[in-house]
Amino acid sequence: MEKTCVIIPAFNEAAVIGEVIGAVKQYADTTLVIDDGSTDQTADVARRAGATVLRHLVNRGQGAAIQTGITAALRGTADIIITFDADGQFLANEIGRVIDPIIRGQADVVLGSRFLPSVATVPGQAPQRISYSKKTVLKVATAITRLYTGLAVTDTHNGFRALSRQAARLIELRQNGMAHASEILEQIRKYDLRVVEVPVTVRYTEYSVMKGQKLSGILQIIWDLLMSRFAR
Amino acid sequence: MIIQIALFIFILYVCSRIIIRYRSSDVTGRELTLWLVFWFLVALAVVFPHKTDRLAQFVGVERGADLLVYISIIALFFIGFKIIVRLEKIDRAITTVVRRTALDRQSKSDDQ
Repeated sequence: MEKTCVIIPAFNEAAVIGEVIGAVKQYADTTLVIDDGSTDQTADVARRAGATVLRHLVNRGQGAAIQTGITAALRGTADIIITFDADGQFLANEIGRVIDPIIRGQADVVLGSRFLPSVATVPGQAPQRISYSKKTVLKVATAITRLYTGLAVTDTHNGFRALSRQAARLIELRQNGMAHASEILEQIRKYDLRVVEVPVTVRYTEYSVMKGQKLSGILQIIWDLLMSRFAR
Repeated sequence: MIIQIALFIFILYVCSRIIIRYRSSDVTGRELTLWLVFWFLVALAVVFPHKTDRLAQFVGVERGADLLVYISIIALFFIGFKIIVRLEKIDRAITTVVRRTALDRQSKSDDQ
């Protein structure tokens, strides 16, 4: 039976991290929270909720936190490493769907996509609709990443993904910020890893929208990807 | 004329700062020489601006002042690029240290 480790990078998520961990714990062997230099009680709340917590002394970015989590997970016995956002946008009960292709030996990396047809998730609730501006931002990011990596994925900036242990060993994230999502795809291509997309639900709560990516973030991602080319 | 005097005073000031840095070992002898030669050439261009016109016309630019501006812009872009690359490397180094600290602390608390 494969051992699973969920990595949750978190920055100032004390308001929701406890609930997220409570849900995730039911579907993973280990829950690892990487507190990325939070100035609130994120680390304490996460520990009380039962997660193993690693703390960055200063904020480095989501990409940096995920790589720290991957490194920590690889020091343990995890066979499958799952990344999961801390803001409560994802549904923990979909972890099984995300890791299934790896368990079946069909993929090395599984990427969640909010743009694939999805099954109903919350009983009695209509499917969540993405705002037009948010959808536009994500579509632009996807198009840019497709150009950059050559991979035809539908949702390039979705934090819900799973990696086999072998894939996690190969992938090394050097992008500290949000450009790490594009970097993961670049490395999937570089190492010729088998990648599969599965539909996942993204819940847009007032809290998650407030913390979500802005249009200016896309410009920062493009800048980071360009500059990293020169600093190799 | 006023601008020439002002620039010349500024050049003397900069040279004095470089010499002070050299005396406190912040700048090597080689760097001192290079910077003094550079500012000497700048001083010559300030005192004999028409000489720069001849050089400029030789390379296809009408005025010496224009040539100096073009060279300065290129130099500034190059320096800016070097700084960005350097910052990127420093940023990565900081992340490495922060990560290592987080992982080492975790290892210590696991052992306890």
